[in-house]
Amino acid sequence: MAEVLFARPKALLDVPFHYCPGCHHGIIHRLVAEVIDELGVGEITIGVAPVGCSVLAYEYFNCDMLEAAHGRAPAVATGVKRVHPDAVVFTYQGDGDLAAIGCAEIVHAAARGEKITTVFVNNAIYGMTGGQMAPTTLIDQVTNTSPYGRKSAEAGLPIRMCEMLSTLDGAKYITRVAINNAVNMAKAKAAIKKAFELQLSGAGFSMVEVLSTCPTNWGMTPLEASDWLEKNMIPYYPLGVYKSPEGGSK
Amino acid sequence: MAEKVLMKGNEAIGEAAIVAGCRHYFGYPITPQTELTEYMAKRMPLVNGVFLQAESEVAAINMVYGAAGAGARVMTSSSSPGFSLKQEGISYAAGAELPCVIVNVMRGGPGLGSIQPGQADYFQSTKGGGHGDYRNIVLAPNSVQELVDVTVLAFDLADQYRNPVLILGDGALGQMMEPVEFKASQSKAPEKPWAATGMKKRSQPNVINSLYLQPDALEKHNIRLQEKYSLIQKNEIRYEQLMTEDAELVLVAYGITSRIVRSAMEKARKNGMKVGLFRPISLWPFPEEALQRIASRVKMLLTVELSAGQMVEDVRLAANGQCPVYFFGRTGGIIPSPQAVYDQIVTTYKKGGK
Repeated sequence: MAEVLFARPKALLDVPFHYCPGCHHGIIHRLVAEVIDELGVGEITIGVAPVGCSVLAYEYFNCDMLEAAHGRAPAVATGVKRVHPDAVVFTYQGDGDLAAIGCAEIVHAAARGEKITTVFVNNAIYGMTGGQMAPTTLIDQVTNTSPYGRKSAEAGLPIRMCEMLSTLDGAKYITRVAINNAVNMAKAKAAIKKAFELQLSGAGFSMVEVLSTCPTNWGMTPLEASDWLEKNMIPYYPLGVYKSPEGGSK
Repeated sequence: MAEKVLMKGNEAIGEAAIVAGCRHYFGYPITPQTELTEYMAKRMPLVNGVFLQAESEVAAINMVYGAAGAGARVMTSSSSPGFSLKQEGISYAAGAELPCVIVNVMRGGPGLGSIQPGQADYFQSTKGGGHGDYRNIVLAPNSVQELVDVTVLAFDLADQYRNPVLILGDGALGQMMEPVEFKASQSKAPEKPWAATGMKKRSQPNVINSLYLQPDALEKHNIRLQEKYSLIQKNEIRYEQLMTEDAELVLVAYGITSRIVRSAMEKARKNGMKVGLFRPISLWPFPEEALQRIASRVKMLLTVELSAGQMVEDVRLAANGQCPVYFFGRTGGIIPSPQAVYDQIVTTYKKGGK
């Protein structure tokens, strides 16, 4: 009998994604779902979806989900986790959602050591609203609201969330990964798995920042976008473990 | 029969919530409701409950959203400026049909205003406050005992209709002490098969959501919400009326104001004036028909509020031109004396009615 080597994770519903060609959300969804399957926690997982491109995340994950207002996912997840302390609660948030309007919520969820896991997808731009500047937009990066390139004198400098949150004692696992090649994808999955495992052990707040592309709003092909991520994003947002119970590896 | 205890309004709300089975509270300190937040901090751990001081009112209401979505009886409280910050979350909770209780111990505004009592959040509470076509059930008690009774009721109504319920108090009610009795609660949260609890053995995920990208789906959702609101309007109207049968002038007031107005009414009666009092307890649904009936037989209505005139608009709509509707209000945290209201009654009488 033939052995199944590759199949859709049980934690993903059999629904086509709405994401643009080359967008990494589909891959990141899959990695989260594979981790849920491998840990066997699908029946006790509760996800919180963001506002932004992945606003419809609840249509893809085969687990209970709540849709949060823009930026408020960590607060919503806090409410959920305090009602169901034994559940695995995760938020899935983009950079506009987490680093701009929801900055206070993520900082305080981390500071409280809230036992939730945040998957933070950083593509350096607002995707859903059509390509405006995010707090993570790089200097000189052209967006619809930084048409002459982001200038630090006007718009300030991009926020490095991992570096910022890792200063908080309540944050137990803070790491940055990327989805630009197969090796990094494997590392990203391992990081997400570790974050979920730490939540299950009751350690505290965990966040995996995933550097990803937005070919549509960057105006590139998917391959050009992956290349741009590697050449421009990784130098400003270095990959690695910023904080873990074993210490950072950077 | 339960013993009577002397309690501050704010604290009585907290104890009533616990009696009603609320075990999750998320709040943020703001005067003049802080004693409620403090009370929950003290009491919740003693009843195996959860107290969490959020980083902001915005976070607090979203924690409520999460906890309500996860199936808990949950409450938050604030005062006017903080209540404004909660409006976003209240709109989402209404959209996602989440049962939760939100207490607003009103103070003066706009802006930072004052920390003195006010009633100027009437529009915000009864007409939406956040974006979209939605309604909250709004209950406005006028004594510490009624704060208790209404709080227990609020949890039941929230669950029954899967809707946010607001308790609208004010700085005076929150701060005053009166004897109260906590009856053994008959209140019990129903099963919530729709809640996000983890799928367990369920075959389909539960999704708590207020997003409907397709126009026809969103309109259908809104039509269904409106049907629910119609049902609430039919079933949940609460009010009190005193000496309205033979009255020529009926005062309309809610909350703390209704008690001052009542003293003025009694004095007016003693002096031979035929004055009554109509007190809405549910501000939404507003007791429109009952007031309409009164308006059809009295000479005039006089609305008294701690605002520049907000509920008076609903009173005028209810009166529908059947009699003149006069208004007397103070703002800035000034509570008119019974004498000031009495003087207003005399003046209004002189103006005459129909």
